[in-house]
Amino acid sequence: MAEISIEGISKTFHDKSRGRDVAALDDINLSIASNDFVCLLGPSGCGKSTLLNIIAGFEKPTRGRVSVDGKFVETPGADRGVVFQQPTLMPWLTVSENIAFHLKLKGVGKAERRERAQAFIDLVGLKGFEAHYPAELSGGMNQRVGIARALIMNPRVILMDEPFAALDAQTKSEMQEELVGIWQRHRGTIVFVTHSVDEALVLGNKIVVMTRRPGRIRDLVEFDLPRPRDVTGAEFNDMKRYVLNLIKEVATKEAA
Amino acid sequence: MSSAIELTGRIAALPKLGRRFDRIIVPALLLAGWEAFARAGFLPPALLPAPSAVLHALADWIFGIDQTTQSYSAHWLHDAYSSAWRVATGFAIAALAGIALGTTIGWWRTAEATLEPTLQMLRPIPPVSWIPLAIIWFGIADKPAIFLVFLGAFFPILMNTIHGVKAVDRNLIRAGAMMGASERQMLWHIVLPAALPSIFAGLRIAIGSAWMLTVTAEMVAVKSGLGYVLWDSYYFLRYDIVLAAMISIGVLGFASDLLIKQLMNAVLHWQKATTVAGRGG
Repeated sequence: MAEISIEGISKTFHDKSRGRDVAALDDINLSIASNDFVCLLGPSGCGKSTLLNIIAGFEKPTRGRVSVDGKFVETPGADRGVVFQQPTLMPWLTVSENIAFHLKLKGVGKAERRERAQAFIDLVGLKGFEAHYPAELSGGMNQRVGIARALIMNPRVILMDEPFAALDAQTKSEMQEELVGIWQRHRGTIVFVTHSVDEALVLGNKIVVMTRRPGRIRDLVEFDLPRPRDVTGAEFNDMKRYVLNLIKEVATKEAA
Repeated sequence: MSSAIELTGRIAALPKLGRRFDRIIVPALLLAGWEAFARAGFLPPALLPAPSAVLHALADWIFGIDQTTQSYSAHWLHDAYSSAWRVATGFAIAALAGIALGTTIGWWRTAEATLEPTLQMLRPIPPVSWIPLAIIWFGIADKPAIFLVFLGAFFPILMNTIHGVKAVDRNLIRAGAMMGASERQMLWHIVLPAALPSIFAGLRIAIGSAWMLTVTAEMVAVKSGLGYVLWDSYYFLRYDIVLAAMISIGVLGFASDLLIKQLMNAVLHWQKATTVAGRGG
């Protein structure tokens, strides 16, 4: 059964200052199975973040509907964990309190919150930083907090919007490796937005290649290369060539 | 060895002493100049009392040393308490109302559309111009003063709370919604903490207005407090007491602002790593 079912989603924004409508997404149909790691790949402005926001319930589609685990998405909710492009932590809470924020909202007591947060602090490698505030940590560490904060809710689905885009190359590849590790150990469905072909190929077992404005799905590529993936290997690069060609083809068609 | 350590310790202590000296050099020079000018006798001493005379009056007002301030002798604590109580009460009501109403207006569009125009129309009316009405409504006692303090403190707190709530990062709200926050939880756990830096800015402006308005009210509508002593002494041409009262108001105003500042630093300690206020040196 499909975990996430996206049926005929279109989204049009009204550009007030220019008085015209801009189509961001056009008739997106996509079915994502349980435990899939799906990467939405496309150039900036292709509406991939908009699609993610619609699944999260932050934005409403102009047409179509999305269901997660058989329930139609109306509002944001704790069944869908979101990791934002910027860490978006509460600056007045410590690492531990940020991660346990969901538990606090549910009325879980302080001692239990701390204890349950600790497991996720260890999981994302932030042991020793429990009492630090976000402003005292690096961007990569804050993004780990953002991931732990989503994981602690034990959501059916995790939605990630270019979470590693602002990180340096080395931190980025470490984080990608850890994310794959976490996904393999804990299972769960991940939808990951990225504009980087390499990132999509390192992470995803399904890659949705999108076209620019209005965003449409060009192709859905299944990629079952075993992990950890050798980014210098032949299979990886064959796939990379194929995806790059798809994107180039899309770009020339748009230019024409 | 030990003398070397002692020496380094002393050298390290020097800049600290130097800074303390920096602070008092301007007031000390001003006071010395004023004292010299007053003693030179260009003006009758009753019209420009020397700092030493003011200090004398203040000491008697506080401790009752030689009855130079006559009926006010040893009465300072009572007067200061009367004023401080009015400030505290009016300020507390203004803080509660300002933060509650400011959050409501900042968060709900309907509240903004229905409430804000009225409040913005009331805001430019100087609180002092409410004195006649305040006296009719509340008589001559604490209440009109508290009402004026409330009016003066309410608007800065309201405006800063509205601004603080409206300026909350929308992604924090999304993060809260993603983690399952109800609207009430969102306001309490995300919007209010995020708006606190702005709210505190409002509270600090408000405490200044609160002192100004207490003193004004006491000059006109109340028969006790520092402002009343100030105005009463003016009728008797006791400028030394007038100045002693001005100093008392200044010191108490400064102290109450310091209190709010300390509270702010304790509550907003998480800001230290990112703001100019928290930088060392």
